[in-house]
Amino acid sequence: MSTATDSPLTAGTRAPLIPLASAMPWIIASVFLLALPVFFPSGSALTIMNQMAITIIFALAYNMLLGQGGMLSFGHAVYMGLGGFFCMHLLNRVEYNELYLPLPLLPIFGGLFGLFFAIIIGSFSTRRAGTVFAMISLGVGELIAACSIIIVAFFGGEEGVSGDRTMGPEVFGFDFASQQEVYYLTVIWLVISALAMFLFSRTPIGRITNAVRDNEERAEFLGYSQRNVRWISFCASGFFAGIAGALFAINFEILTEENLNLATSGSILLITFLGGVGFFIGPVIGAIVFTLLQTVLSLYTEIWQLYVGILFVLMVMFFPGGLTGLIAMHLVPWRLGKIGLLLKPYGQMLLPALAFVFSAAAVMEILFHARHAGTGEEEMSLYGMTFNSHSLTPMIIALAVAFASLMVIKRLAPSLKDAWDEANHMRAGERDEP
Amino acid sequence: MSLFIVNILDGLVTGLLLFMLCSGLTLIFSMMGVLNFAHASFYMLGAYFGYQISTYVGFWPGLILAPIIVGVLGALVERYGLRRVHQYGHVPELIFTFGLALLIEEVVQFFWGKSQMAFEEPEILNFAAFSIAGNAFPAYKVFMIFVAMGIFMVLLYILTKTRIGMIIQAALSYPNTVQNLGHNVPLVFMGVFGVGTAMAGVAGVIAGPVLGTFPGMAVLLGSIVFVTIVIGGLGSLWGALVASLLIGWLQTFAASYNVRMADILEGIGLTRPVDMAESALRDLWSLTLPQIGPILPYLLMVLVLAIRPQGLLGKRET
Repeated sequence: MSTATDSPLTAGTRAPLIPLASAMPWIIASVFLLALPVFFPSGSALTIMNQMAITIIFALAYNMLLGQGGMLSFGHAVYMGLGGFFCMHLLNRVEYNELYLPLPLLPIFGGLFGLFFAIIIGSFSTRRAGTVFAMISLGVGELIAACSIIIVAFFGGEEGVSGDRTMGPEVFGFDFASQQEVYYLTVIWLVISALAMFLFSRTPIGRITNAVRDNEERAEFLGYSQRNVRWISFCASGFFAGIAGALFAINFEILTEENLNLATSGSILLITFLGGVGFFIGPVIGAIVFTLLQTVLSLYTEIWQLYVGILFVLMVMFFPGGLTGLIAMHLVPWRLGKIGLLLKPYGQMLLPALAFVFSAAAVMEILFHARHAGTGEEEMSLYGMTFNSHSLTPMIIALAVAFASLMVIKRLAPSLKDAWDEANHMRAGERDEP
Repeated sequence: MSLFIVNILDGLVTGLLLFMLCSGLTLIFSMMGVLNFAHASFYMLGAYFGYQISTYVGFWPGLILAPIIVGVLGALVERYGLRRVHQYGHVPELIFTFGLALLIEEVVQFFWGKSQMAFEEPEILNFAAFSIAGNAFPAYKVFMIFVAMGIFMVLLYILTKTRIGMIIQAALSYPNTVQNLGHNVPLVFMGVFGVGTAMAGVAGVIAGPVLGTFPGMAVLLGSIVFVTIVIGGLGSLWGALVASLLIGWLQTFAASYNVRMADILEGIGLTRPVDMAESALRDLWSLTLPQIGPILPYLLMVLVLAIRPQGLLGKRET
């Protein structure tokens, strides 16, 4: 770090304020995001990318609580939803010329509204972390979701609140009627808020949040109030969730009770955990993977939520670090230069694993079809084959393939484990990378 | 007055039903320190299993068999799921049970679909037990009260008077010491988890015909259950009882007395705005008590937490 002052030749020259190496990922990501619409100009791709960007902001905000602060919230959709509802009302005011507000500035107000509610609710919910915090967040979340049906003036009752983003003043000639303009607006806000959240996690308060997460008693003895530390990061998280809500309002132009309820709060927990709570990039990966899973799987199967649920439970049980944790596990073999050892067992495992996943899915699909198909609709098609789901043959074949591939996996597992141990082990005499 | 008595009885039914879930949840919580988010899902499984068995052999075998199946499932979940996740800490445990709740809902939809099942109360109990000034009180609800009370008595007896109850109580506070004395504490944990989920299963079987058997029933009751045990004080069995009854009565009374906010506001001397559609406070004027009934438990929770963070009968601020 301080090599600049160590050598007499460079003494006195200061290291750049922002090292290029740490700025590079952000620059690359920004350029990549700005260039994406060139490669995927279709409307549906833009819709998915917009949704992804909003989910990323929300998931990053959520991870400020779960990953960095150790607070498990079951009601974080509330702050996103409230910010979104507030922005929808602002949009409607702009439309009737009661207010002058260029659209690109709207997310700030969504964020402030989210912050406002986070201050109020955080004042009593952040007193303790863990189970108590989780239960309070659940109760408050349900309270506000239930209120949304009662307070019609603000939440619009059953049909929600809708608006029109194009009625505001034009900014540099953009009226944000097209998906592409909305994409650029969303992406600019994504980069700004992701950078802000990253920098927040590097500030002293961000570090102390980690300390409180790991050992709240010791942090108290150092003189930090655990409650205030949690409260501050809770508020920051509420602010960014509000920004995500505002972008949701701009993108979809409608907000309903669904934006506030437990299902939305639960899915953001799922996304963040799938991506991995241990790393800053985790929620980003989670949001991308989940949105892709959602759009691709739901095209092919009715029971995609069941698959996502199974994936989630297995992930919690076996890989609590999430997808990024899974990638990070390979850093040690990589540094040791032994990643090559893993290629062969991974290659051997790939085919039986795929066979098992697809045959197990086939078992479930056939079962589902057999139970829910109407009379006379016994034909089903799966993987390009058409057969009668009520006859036993396809089921037996699928079960046999699943069982056989499971046996092969079981046979291969010890060699994979040996290779893994070997790849993670540094022998005497071998050089460790600095 | 007669309406009041009917409401007292109805609230008692709701409260005891809640308590059947809360008691299992509280026991599991005070033992493992983790709230079983999927507890209400086991209640739902109980209702569905009860329904499925009742289509083959009738309601009564279902009342016995369904909770046993649910309890075995619960014990398996503890043995092969929770015990594994336990090493990662409390938050992953809670996330695990949350994931389990999602999964169970999906599995239920997978097998039974999204629509409500035709789970009916048994013929033999389909009559009015008595009537109070013209309000008939169904025998099935009397039956529910007796089942819930009976289970509570048995639970209390086992916990306080038997040897196994002593071991459970000791294992709650000093698991290591109990283990050193030669008792199989993991087995005790598994047993309590199984019994707790089986009680949720019983609640499911007897509530299924009254409250409806559909995939949303777990979420609908689940959040109320968690609110209840927070109000009662996490880990306190008596607190769970008090809070369950309180919430049962709160909801029943709120649903049946049509107190209008407009009357109260006019009563304290405010005048009704002439143009209701334009007023930002129009919802305040049109509020009625039955309308806000569903949110009362949550309001009560916020109130209790603000005044007494450890809950009504909770001893420590966990």
